[in-house]
Amino acid sequence: MNLLAIIRIAYRALARNKMRAALTMLGVIIGVAAVIAMVSIGQGASASVQAQISNFGTNLLFVSAGAQNVGGVRSGTGDNGTNTLTEDDLQAIQREVPSVSMISPMVNSRSQLVVGNQNWNTSIQGVSEQLPGIRKWTIDSGDFFTESDVRSGARVIVLGQTIVDNLFNGMDPVGQSVRVMNLPFRVVGVLGRKGQDPQGRDQDDIAFAPYTTVQKKLLGTTRIQVAYVSAVSADATYTAQVQIGDLLRQRHKLSGNQPDDFTVRNMSDVAEAANETNSIMTWLLGSIAGVSLLVGGIGIMNIMLVSVTERTREIGVRLAIGARSSAVKKQFLIESIVLSLTGGTIGILLGIAASLAIPMMLGWPTLVSTTAIVGSVVFSAAVGIFFGYYPARKAAALDPIEALRYE
Amino acid sequence: MAAIVEQRIQTPGAQFWRHQNLIERVEAPAVIELDHIHKTYTMGDVEVHALRGVSLTIREGEFVAIMGASGSGKSTTMNIIGCLDRPTRGTYVLDGQDVSQLSKDERADIRSQKIGFVFQGFNLLSRTSAIENVELPMLYASIDSQERQKRAKEALAAVGLVGREQNHPNQLSGGQQQRVAIARALVNRPALILADEPTGNLDSRTSIEVMEIFQRLNREQGITLVLVTHESDIAEYASRVVVFKDGRIKKDYEIENQRDAGEELRSLPPIEEDDEE
Repeated sequence: MNLLAIIRIAYRALARNKMRAALTMLGVIIGVAAVIAMVSIGQGASASVQAQISNFGTNLLFVSAGAQNVGGVRSGTGDNGTNTLTEDDLQAIQREVPSVSMISPMVNSRSQLVVGNQNWNTSIQGVSEQLPGIRKWTIDSGDFFTESDVRSGARVIVLGQTIVDNLFNGMDPVGQSVRVMNLPFRVVGVLGRKGQDPQGRDQDDIAFAPYTTVQKKLLGTTRIQVAYVSAVSADATYTAQVQIGDLLRQRHKLSGNQPDDFTVRNMSDVAEAANETNSIMTWLLGSIAGVSLLVGGIGIMNIMLVSVTERTREIGVRLAIGARSSAVKKQFLIESIVLSLTGGTIGILLGIAASLAIPMMLGWPTLVSTTAIVGSVVFSAAVGIFFGYYPARKAAALDPIEALRYE
Repeated sequence: MAAIVEQRIQTPGAQFWRHQNLIERVEAPAVIELDHIHKTYTMGDVEVHALRGVSLTIREGEFVAIMGASGSGKSTTMNIIGCLDRPTRGTYVLDGQDVSQLSKDERADIRSQKIGFVFQGFNLLSRTSAIENVELPMLYASIDSQERQKRAKEALAAVGLVGREQNHPNQLSGGQQQRVAIARALVNRPALILADEPTGNLDSRTSIEVMEIFQRLNREQGITLVLVTHESDIAEYASRVVVFKDGRIKKDYEIENQRDAGEELRSLPPIEEDDEE
């Protein structure tokens, strides 16, 4: 007898008890939906990091003080570490490394900006005049500050759109004065709007001032912790990374076996590290959800076992009127596969719906993963076969005479 | 219905039997030939001899009642005749084929093709319409959907259930449920219908109604019927009675004055049991 007929028989048997079928499927529905939702959260985080990184530009490098990559205890954030990157180092990189096109230190100060009776707390980054080229900022009005502003430590500032919106009420801020820690700064330019980054942070809530000014007036230090470096091209980043490393080792007089006291990273390193974290998260979330899928499968087995007992007479009748035991076995197996696959399909739809709802409700980025969907389908079919096999075999092994007599 | 009638008539034996009805019974071909059937069960250390050499021939078109007390071997005989069980010794030829030592699957196929079962407890699938219940044996016999529908309708019509096709068992009376079960037994056009205490769960009037259907199928279509019962008045509707005792056939006789269920029904005061709902 053909499989199609048995599939029809199984469907009819399931349709006779819709409530039970629905409850049985619930475990698989929740399991599959959870797997898909969890994996898409993980993938979403990954994708947003990727997008952020490509937003930074692929020819971007970070040079930071301290040997952050040396494993274990030497985190390099002590006094020694933080002083190892100097202004001279940066100038030497610009002068001597041919694969480097632009360079800018970055010193960060979180301060309050005051205009009249309005104030706004934001991040003021001390950078060089080359920053707009490195980080791809456009200037909306006015100008970015100049090299001579940096050299003289002038109190000039360039504002992001969010600050302008919050402090200037539609006035043109260029030429106006802003107070930072009671020091007046002259607004020389306004940045073009960048909007939110892929993780939902406002990129326009930022102000730039010459790093010399930020160091002296706001931070009271000469330390440089990080510098942005732009390589001449995306292909040149690796060369630049090696050349900067060689130059700094030479300048810091490090002999062969001494570890680096600085770190040069390119964006793909950063991306790799972020991806690794994300994929661990994805696996973790996915496997927790997978456990619920497993529990759902056990639920199917439970119901199928109960069902075999409950339907003993029915099985007896089927055998008596000419069903081979293999047909009975297939029927129960198909019932369980149909339950798990239907559950799986509903679960996929729910999972996709959840993946679409999560960004709106929680603000987390998600990315529905085809792998997760295919995986869930395969897994739920496997659950159906695996957990349906034992009850099906039990049903097929029944003796028709005994089964017909069963009360 | 017509199809079933035609098919029956085309069988040479049935035709012959139809014409020679009372005179030449012996000449009709045998449907069941049990030859020295033994059945022994082992229960723990004890061997139970359920059947001790049963030989029985049932010819096409016969209506045989099998009687006997419980433990007499009638159920075991029934199971062997129905190919639900195999004899320990002896041969069983069903419709010209030796089925005594067939495998489980082969016996399932034989049941599908040659035997229709009617049980005491009806054994219909619940929450399943009458017509789907009747279709069930044809699903296992791989008969296509159109033919299934057609035959199921005919079979339900043959047992007087026109218009009840979509009713579920819980919407049918006991008698109606048993008639659905008879339709289900008929639908694969078996060589033989086996009825195990078919009136055991029915009141006396409904019992007569069911017997009327059996008699009609037997007379009009020449269907061979084997009926297991412990009620002697039900056995009197058959044309022959076989009585079992202690695993052997004790008596085997023709019934001289076969009761006519149709006539009895007509003489009963009419009630509208069947056509309410």
